[in-house]
Amino acid sequence: MNLNMNSVESLVAQIQGLSGSAEDITHLHGLLKQSEELIQSESARLMGCLAELDPSKHSLGYLYILEACTSTVISKEQANEMVISIARFINDCAAEQIHLAPEKFISICKKFKDQVMLLEAPMRGVVPMLTAVRKLQPSSEHLTPLHPDFLLLCLLAKCYKTGLRILEDDIFEVDQPRDFFLYCYYGGMICVGQKHFRKALELLHNVVTAPMSTVNAIAVEAYKKYVLVSLIHLGQFSTSFPKYTSSVAQRNLKTFSQPYIELANCYGDGKISELETFVQANRETFESDHNLGLVKQVVSSMYKQNIQRLTQTYLTLSLQDIANTVQLNSSKEAEMHVLQMIQDGEIYATINQKDGMVRFLEEPEQYKTCEMIERIDLSNQRIMTLSKKLTAMDEQLSCDPQYLGKAGRERQRFDFDDFDTVPQKFNI
Amino acid sequence: MEGEDEASTQMIDEIYANGGDDGQRHRPIISGEQLDIEAYAALYSGRTKITRLLFIANHGDNNASMQLEALRMAYDEIKKGENTQLFREVVQKIDGRLGPNYGPDPAWADSVDRRAELRMEKLENELNAYRTNLIKESIRMGYNDFGDFYYAHGALGDAFKNYVRTRDYCTTSKHIIHMCLNAILVSIEMGQFTHVSSYVGKAEQNPDALDAVTVAKLRAAAGLALLEAKKYKLAARKFLETGPELGNNYSEVIAPQDIATYGGLCALASFDRAELKNKVIDNINFRNFLELVPEVRELIHDFYSSHYASCLDYLGNLKANLLLDIHLHDHVEKLYDEIRHKALIQYTIPFVSVDLRMMANAFKTSVAGLEKELEALITDNQIQARIDSHNKILYARHADQRNATFQRVLQTGSEFDQDVRAMLLRTSLIKHDYNQRQTRKL
Repeated sequence: MNLNMNSVESLVAQIQGLSGSAEDITHLHGLLKQSEELIQSESARLMGCLAELDPSKHSLGYLYILEACTSTVISKEQANEMVISIARFINDCAAEQIHLAPEKFISICKKFKDQVMLLEAPMRGVVPMLTAVRKLQPSSEHLTPLHPDFLLLCLLAKCYKTGLRILEDDIFEVDQPRDFFLYCYYGGMICVGQKHFRKALELLHNVVTAPMSTVNAIAVEAYKKYVLVSLIHLGQFSTSFPKYTSSVAQRNLKTFSQPYIELANCYGDGKISELETFVQANRETFESDHNLGLVKQVVSSMYKQNIQRLTQTYLTLSLQDIANTVQLNSSKEAEMHVLQMIQDGEIYATINQKDGMVRFLEEPEQYKTCEMIERIDLSNQRIMTLSKKLTAMDEQLSCDPQYLGKAGRERQRFDFDDFDTVPQKFNI
Repeated sequence: MEGEDEASTQMIDEIYANGGDDGQRHRPIISGEQLDIEAYAALYSGRTKITRLLFIANHGDNNASMQLEALRMAYDEIKKGENTQLFREVVQKIDGRLGPNYGPDPAWADSVDRRAELRMEKLENELNAYRTNLIKESIRMGYNDFGDFYYAHGALGDAFKNYVRTRDYCTTSKHIIHMCLNAILVSIEMGQFTHVSSYVGKAEQNPDALDAVTVAKLRAAAGLALLEAKKYKLAARKFLETGPELGNNYSEVIAPQDIATYGGLCALASFDRAELKNKVIDNINFRNFLELVPEVRELIHDFYSSHYASCLDYLGNLKANLLLDIHLHDHVEKLYDEIRHKALIQYTIPFVSVDLRMMANAFKTSVAGLEKELEALITDNQIQARIDSHNKILYARHADQRNATFQRVLQTGSEFDQDVRAMLLRTSLIKHDYNQRQTRKL
């Protein structure tokens, strides 16, 4: 017993002592790794000693102890305190020290998320998770395992705007495919919630076309939503996949999403009444997939598509004619739809109520303003940066030993000249 | 146009009214009468006569007397030949409606069949003899006779096979051309027009042995094949190039009236104004054909001089008879639609704004119907215009190139952005996946 007490105290003392400079931290890290078992067994005792440690200075030690504490089963009453203490730690900890033991950090954040969901208060977890994500990321281009958890909390708490901030970062480095899939799927749902359909389409497209060796449920669900968002945003859906989609996805995704593909076909025919009957008939399927809201948006988008088409052929049109062409019930409804579309900026028109006429106008954008030039300039620069990145990655891959080894083994040996460039065996 | 000395106002009125006013027309419209079956059938010979008569019988459903007339003539024609299978079919269709003279004649059928068997044996023996003697010319004639025999008896597949077998024994270009013509004939009867095109090509590779009539025959056959393939522009060109030497020499396939009709309609549906003038109106050779079908000639001239109403009238009158033609039957609707669309488009081209009421008058249709048609054409991007539905005016509209270019630029930029980012992501995923597999292997 005494020995244990001493070990615990000495550990605490070491943590306090060796949290100064960088070499000390690495030394401490080594010690902590050796003392893992001790920490695990004395977790309850160490909990008490936490008060002596300062999370911002002694982050690494604090992290180890906290992780040991949370690895045991936690009751509901303790959950609340746990949540508070973890939140405080995340807020105060030092990022450089965390980077030495990222798995532990991820593990306590995940526990944190579980507790928050257990307490049914996802809102409490949103801001701490955001801080955690920012601290864990080596750079804003990296995807961490915490991203999907954060987005999930945003979804559950309906804090879409906070989620959007994270989604604006461009991600280029991914560690775990599963994180990526979940990130894109939840991200797509958040964008849909904020009606940013273009970005939602992009994210869902990334899930559907990502390289995968077996079909996973996330891709299937994402594909269903992808069909619906594509109908809402583009007004059409093509069942052909781009060339870079994995063969597994190409073969299997459609079989799981039959009702959605039929919905897309029905939409393509252009008859609203048929579309509505179809939706009614398959109501339960859509509801069980939690997609009924999106499906309703698809139906209303059809009216918009039809009205849009009218702007291409007519200069003026009576409201009654619009109602007839678009299969609405009365000219009043037609007026409402057109008004809504004008307000949303989807068409440019004026309504003359005296004659019951709508006059369709040209798009006022003349592309002559300074803002437009700035926008084009910005776009140019972005693209140049991206191109450079692409070239850099290409060069990096060409020098990558693993790639060279694989390419060397698998390349065809038909041409006499080929033998010179890459050696047959490339061992390092 | 006639009457150039007349006041220009009268010409303007004519353009507006587009021949809608009867008094001003100088030539009466001859309505397409009901098809005179005897005259029609007299244009053809051989198997195609029978097939055409049967087609009329099958498709002239509102006219029982025409049906029976066609069947009667088919019966007579078949009896002159040796095709017992076709005979049995026709008898079934007649179903005794034409009296006892046109019933099943088992005696005749049996005698024909017996003769056929004997002939086939004789041909086989002869062919075997020739084959053992290895005389190329005789073997060729032997296979040719077989082909003729099978053709006469309606076994078209066997006939084709035998004709094609003569290829190996052809020694001069004349032989090859003879074989090609036979193959083309059988292919047309069978409805396999890809063979027609290939054999026309083969035959045309021997230009030295071709005389004018054969050249005309080959062009007509090529035109038919293209018509079936719905390549109306190319078909029109082929028909227009067919020389007048064709005359009645190809009556086992096509009549010169058909060349005029098919060529005229396809040209109208697919040529632009310049080509129409050069190749059809100013084409002296083709004029000979057009003289045989004055209605088609009139409607082409009406179209060219923008008298759309009378042009469409002629078309409407001809429609019933054209639907009875075996080659044109499937294409009448499409050709008519294209001609009508061309007329609408051509009407709107010279103007900045068009009053829809006048246009509806010119095309003898209602304003609402016209609006619907124009809407379809505008959506299809065939007419660059917008409809002012309130005042019923069509305004020409030319897309602003500059704005369109800017829009495309921005869109391309964002698409590139999206694609490259997605690419980098996928690379990262694949790299990671590969690393994982490596570590697992190790």
